[in-house]
Formats: sequence, C-alpha cells, structure tokens
Amino acid sequence: MRKNLKTTLIALSAAAALSLTGCGAQGASGTADPTPSTTASQQQEGVSIADAWVKASTKKDGMSALFGVVTNHSGTERTIVKATSDVAGMVQLHTTVATAGGGTEMKEKEGGFPLAAGASVTLEPGGDHVMLMDLKQDLEAGQTVNVTLTLDDGTEVAVSAPVKAFAGAQESYAPTGDSSTGESTHAGH
Amino acid sequence: MATGAAVGAAGGVAGGAALASALGTSLPDGASAGLGGSAASAGGAAGGTAGGAGAGGVPGSASLVGSGGLGAAVAATPAAGRQPGVDTPPGAHAVYRAFALRAGTDATRLRGWLALLGDDIERLMSGRPVLGDVEPELGEAPASLTITLALGREAVRRAGVSAPAWLAPLPSYKIDALEERWGEADVLLQLTCDDPLTLAHADRVLQRESAPFATLAWVQEGFRYARGARADGTTMRNLFGQVDGTSNPAPGSEEFDAIVYRSGDGPFGAGSTSLVLRRIAMDLDTWDEVDRSAREDAVGRTLKDGGPITGGAEADEVDLAAEQGGWPVVADFAHVRRARPAAAGEKIYRRGFNYNNPGASGSERAGLLFVSFQADPVKQFHPIQARLAELDMLNEWTTPVGSCVFWVPPASSRSAADGGFPGDVLFA
Repeated sequence: MRKNLKTTLIALSAAAALSLTGCGAQGASGTADPTPSTTASQQQEGVSIADAWVKASTKKDGMSALFGVVTNHSGTERTIVKATSDVAGMVQLHTTVATAGGGTEMKEKEGGFPLAAGASVTLEPGGDHVMLMDLKQDLEAGQTVNVTLTLDDGTEVAVSAPVKAFAGAQESYAPTGDSSTGESTHAGH
Repeated sequence: MATGAAVGAAGGVAGGAALASALGTSLPDGASAGLGGSAASAGGAAGGTAGGAGAGGVPGSASLVGSGGLGAAVAATPAAGRQPGVDTPPGAHAVYRAFALRAGTDATRLRGWLALLGDDIERLMSGRPVLGDVEPELGEAPASLTITLALGREAVRRAGVSAPAWLAPLPSYKIDALEERWGEADVLLQLTCDDPLTLAHADRVLQRESAPFATLAWVQEGFRYARGARADGTTMRNLFGQVDGTSNPAPGSEEFDAIVYRSGDGPFGAGSTSLVLRRIAMDLDTWDEVDRSAREDAVGRTLKDGGPITGGAEADEVDLAAEQGGWPVVADFAHVRRARPAAAGEKIYRRGFNYNNPGASGSERAGLLFVSFQADPVKQFHPIQARLAELDMLNEWTTPVGSCVFWVPPASSRSAADGGFPGDVLFA
C-alpha cells in the first residue's frame, strides 16, 4: 500500500498545529493526539505527515533534514524504519542528544521512530528528524522535495515537502560509533 | 448587540463594556455593535486555536489569548475572491515591506516564493505557527492581522506576463520631492494588525522567508487609533489633527466595489485592485503657526468632528456653493473643493496610516502613509492628484517624498493547503 499524501492537505488540522507548539523542546516523544480530527476530509488512514518542510541547503554542503508532524491514525503501533529521497544519496532517521560538553549532537536513532497507536510525533530542529545526506543537488527555498518513509509493515508514506530557508538546525552530527571524536561537525548545513 | 452577546458572551462583550466605562464614555450603539462584532470573532478564534489547549492558564498560552477578546480576534473575512487588507477594517498598526527581486528570481523561483508566503499568510492570520517557526508564541494572538500581497511591474514581467499600462510610476507632480528610497518596488507586503508584537513577528517571519528571493527595498510603518481607544469605524485623524478619510466609499457597498475592484477575466480582472502608496511628509513646525480657523479653512472641514465648515456632521456633504458676504465659504484653495471629482469615476478609497518619528527631523519627523485603492490609478487617482498639485492649501505644509503603484492580485481560488497563493493567477 503506497499512500501519496499531499503533506499540506492536513496542515489545517488544529491538532497538528497544536502538537507542533505543544511538544516544544521535549522533542519527539510520542504524544497522544488530544483532539482527533473532526473534519471528514482531514481523516487519514494509517500514517500521515502534516506540516512537512525541508531546510534549504546546497549540494556542496551536502546535508539537510525533513521536519513535520507524523500521525499514526491506526489502532496499531507502527515504526518508521527507513526513509529515502531522490535528492539524497543517504537518508537516516536521526535523534538529537545532549553531549558531555553541554551541547547537542545528532545521531542515528536505533530502531527508527516508534509511532504509538493514535499518536503524533513531531520531527523538529533540535529533536528527531529525517536527515538528508550526500545531497545530489542544491535544495533551494521554494522547491519541493520528495521523501518516502517506510514503516515496519512495509507500508510507504510519500511526503512532498516545501524547502524553506532556515538558520537553525545546526547541531553537530556524530555518526553511530564515532560519537567521541567530535570531528563530524556539520555546523552550517 | 444580540449577535455579540450570543457568540462572544465570555469575553468580548463584557470587555467592550469595561472599555467604554474605562474611557468614561458611553459608546453609541454603533460602537457597541462594533466591539460586539470583534467579540464574535474572538469566540470563533477560541474555538479554532485555543480550544484544544485545555485549561492551562500558563502566561502566554492560547487559553489566555482566547479570553483577551481583541487579541484573539481574527481579521474579518474579505468578500470572495479578494485578499484581506482592502475591504476589511484597517488594523491599528501597519507595516509596508517592499522588496527588490534578486537577479536569479525567475518565474519558477518567484512562484516558489509566493507559495511559501501564501502558506505563511494563512497561518499567521489565524494565529497558527508557520512551518519551522521557532517563536510561535509571538503569533498566537492574531489581533485581526491582515497580510496583503501586491506586485509591481517587474514582478509581473518576471512571471512571464505583460503588465497593464497603469501598473507603472505615476506622472510626476510639481509638489513632489520624491526620494528614491521610498520609490517603486517589485513586491509589497502590507501587514496591518491591532497588536504591534504580533505584527513584528509576522513581519519578521515574512522577511526571513523572503531573503532567498529578494532584497529589501524599504519598510514604511504607520498607525491609527489603538483598537478600542475609539469606537470601531471612527475615521482616523492625521498628525495635523484633521479627520482624514471622510468621503470614502463604504466597504461592502456597490459604490465601493465599483471604485475599488477591477472587473473582467484574467489576472488583472475581478478581485484585483491597485494600491497607491505615497509618503507625505507633514511639517509640524509650520503647521504650528496656523490658528484653528485657518486650519479649517485650508481643508473646508472642522477640526472638531470633520464636518463641513458650511455646517453639518462629518458624513454630510460640503456645500461648495455657500457664500458669505459675497465670498465662497469654502475657498478656492480648500482641500475638499480641489479633491472633489471633476468627472464620474474620479474616486478612490483611502486607507492610510500616520507615521511619526519623534526623534527625527525634516521629512522623516511626521507624515502620512497615503494609501489608496482604486480599480485604475491612472483614471481615478491621477486626476485628483493632478488637481491637488495645481492648487491645494494643504500643499503649504505637506510634501510627497515617496510614491509607488502596485497591483493587488485577487485571492487564490484555492487554500494554501491546496497549493493556492495570492498571485497564482499569473501562473495559471
């Protein structure tokens, strides 16, 4: 089952907007959707993403990220286990962790992003996000980037996200198993 | 009143009454209805944005915004097919941010930019965070925010469309002392809002969004009465103390629609209009030398309430034929006589704001952001301005230092969520 969701379709959902503000700095821990969508046209089956966007970047810089609010409308727990994009040579599911030095760094999230039944997860700068690496092209503001999220049951969720200029999301990146070196800083991506 | 009581009983109507008593005045029926109207909007907003926030009561939380009445109000909805900020009530504060397109902003990038702006505009006006907003709390009280997109000739050209002849600089008038820094620009965002902090946030969001596509041409800020300081709908006063904007067509009327909006098919047809913005410096120092009777004679209206000096209330017609001792009561040089249409169709809708920079001098000290909307600036605005440039006593104390003309596209037929944005008619 491949769902071709227009990410902006459910952007009007008040619930999604609230979870974007509500999660704040706590990052993406699964939060129960407080107000299930009431409008029939906004009802989604399975897993959907709202308010998706991608940070503008360049091929030279090589890195960007996808953010948004992922909601599991089903009654079954699901996990995002993989993501791919035609604009990136490598895509990883990242989380942000505190470092001993008091900063934060990004690293691959083992096991992917769990989505409890009926819950929404916010992917945001400073928290969990879908990392786009080895960019094959510049990602210019105003363009649209396609990303495919794969769930643990094999379902694919197609995401079409606008690219926006964004000055934040500059945490350094520590590849798995190499978090001690601190050499993999990608400030400015 | 009944409507307000039914919908907004929780906050707005009581707030309106409290406001009236705080002012030490009893507002007329019209005023109460106006405030009640805003309460109704507040109730609607609370249902949409604050409803899910629960009873948090945290300072700055949506639930507190909801009880604030004016803050939670969303702007009145414009007539179908029209952008807000023209036929909707003007907010207390305004920002006009003008851009020059970057060389690389071609049709595709222009479209991408406008689509991003379209999404931002919808969210900001309803108090919802824009994508990637890291300070959404600043925008959670929409306070009747309106954001209007307008395009200059070059933006239309970049989109690959030929611009109409009227979308061009106005002729120069002999009273003009135009400064290039307030001149024509490619893209204009008009923001008006009853809360300056919400306005600052919205403006910053749009500035940030626009940086990849355009550079700043200029920003002009203005203001009117604070919302609630006077009854809603009170004609504004300028910094000369004059009631400014009396003989305006009433939004919602047939006359208004005929004066303001274009007709026909195509991008420059129905739902679209033109915006003229002229920065008029007002010399407060020399105005100080003029006594009140001479000030009233200069305009032809009283300072007390804007009524004609020939008698009557603000809304009454000026009796231009009235004479006293063989001389016209309203002098040949009076502003109202000179501004009067000489031919049918020479009418505009004024929606300006004051500017005031207490620490500045010269043309920057104080003035008026003269803003008018009309279907055709050449046919409607130009004849009036040409006549005033020839003779108008007010020219003694006023100097136009900036002038520009923009096209205000119709609203999109689609919501931003469905890919619509103001100006998308250019890319159809």
